[in-house]
Amino acid sequence: MSLYSFGLEPLSCHAWNKDRTQIAISPNSNVVHIYQKQGKEWTKIHELTEHSGRITGIDWAPESNRIVTCASDRNAYVWTLKDGVWKPTLVLVRINRAATCVKWSPLENKFALGSGAKLISVCYFEKENDWWLSKHIKKPINSTVLSLDWHPNNILLAAGSADLHCRIFSAYIKDIEDKPGPTPWGSKMPFGEVLLEYKECGGWVHSVCFSPSGDALAWVSHNSAISVASATQGKEVTQLTTGHLPLLSVLYVSETEIVAAGHDCCPYQFSYKGPGCLEFVKKVDIPKQSSKGNKSAMQHFRNLDKKATAEEEESELACLHQNSITELCVLEGPKAKVEKFSSVGLDGAMVVWDFKH
Amino acid sequence: MAKNTLSSRFRGVDIDEYDENKFVDDQDEAAEQQGPDACEVDDLIRQGDMMTAFHIALRNPPINSKNPAVKERAQAVVLRVLTAFKSSDIEPAVKSLDRNGVDLLMKYIYRGFEKPSDNSSAILLQWHEKAFAVGGLGSIVRVLTARKSV
Repeated sequence: MSLYSFGLEPLSCHAWNKDRTQIAISPNSNVVHIYQKQGKEWTKIHELTEHSGRITGIDWAPESNRIVTCASDRNAYVWTLKDGVWKPTLVLVRINRAATCVKWSPLENKFALGSGAKLISVCYFEKENDWWLSKHIKKPINSTVLSLDWHPNNILLAAGSADLHCRIFSAYIKDIEDKPGPTPWGSKMPFGEVLLEYKECGGWVHSVCFSPSGDALAWVSHNSAISVASATQGKEVTQLTTGHLPLLSVLYVSETEIVAAGHDCCPYQFSYKGPGCLEFVKKVDIPKQSSKGNKSAMQHFRNLDKKATAEEEESELACLHQNSITELCVLEGPKAKVEKFSSVGLDGAMVVWDFKH
Repeated sequence: MAKNTLSSRFRGVDIDEYDENKFVDDQDEAAEQQGPDACEVDDLIRQGDMMTAFHIALRNPPINSKNPAVKERAQAVVLRVLTAFKSSDIEPAVKSLDRNGVDLLMKYIYRGFEKPSDNSSAILLQWHEKAFAVGGLGSIVRVLTARKSV
């Protein structure tokens, strides 16, 4: 486990390059900073400044080395590295509200963008005109789309939104890909088809994540619960309500183990073995040993004098992050057996966690 | 600054009713959710069987009901049971509930806080402390985010 602080500003989002030597982050502003790892330190090598609104999502495609960013200025840009400089290309997303999240598809031929305009914009590159086009998924979304995740088959897209629903859509685009084969979620998949719609999420769905095989979908909602829907078991949903503050980000680290983190500032591990078997395993953080030690009599009275109390009150939280964790990302290992994952939070820190299976 | 501080009584038409894309929250009225049986609970309290009264009071919560009278009645019954408890019995009572029961209890407690009377707040605070120890912050968050409340 290691922590690196990128300053005092909260980190809204982050993305890693293919070999994890570079990280793109946004410090809650309209700029994306790209840092290069040098030993134990990170040095800033690029600044991407095209957006005029706060950046809400960054995703870095590992194979094609393109970065897509979206912001509250209703725009998205695809950045490509040319001669050591990142050049932006505007994407015509055609939304009239802020963009909230963006994700490259597994094959990197398209990306999905969630927005406050109650729609998802699936964007792909059209070679003839040399620009990015978008197709909209509107029905039956009733409120802001808060999170997106792609299924490994590059067609299905899970979306969690503020209308308290979690849905799986088909984002099949005829022009750029072949017809997909049937999946446990369904076999008819025209663009915009809803394969799963779960109504009783209990709160805004902050984050969704498909399992490595794609047969299960996990999401976390604002009612401090984590839920999993399993395609192979008749799309049955199991929800586990927790006694913690709401979780903001969820990640599958193996076919059965899930890690989620949020306002409690510390990642939790859950295990899903089948419908009805979703349980909390442990906290991934090791609590800091409080260094109370031996206090001299002098210190004792000094405390009494200064703070009117003899106890040494810790003003820091007993975990690595000092504020809510906003995003989790796989760092090392294949999706089915994640060895390391990273988290960024509102405290401006990025922590790399080790996961033992 | 954007708030219209002049009277808007001249507006005769509610434009939102005619919006095609208006979001209609589908809430089904469940007929059997009429709230706990007040007489049964009263009998049990008089007999001194607090635990059973407690469990019965938490049955059939009028969650899906749109009728405020039903909800008021249920709230009154639950409040009666909660105030009739001795302080030392509160903890075992809370421990006997499952997760959903603790969430439901928290909802009733917060509903009770809304209209304080005599010493109800003091008792409710004791209940709140014990329920919080079992349910954690999550149970309070669920009171705040629940669309269907008691």
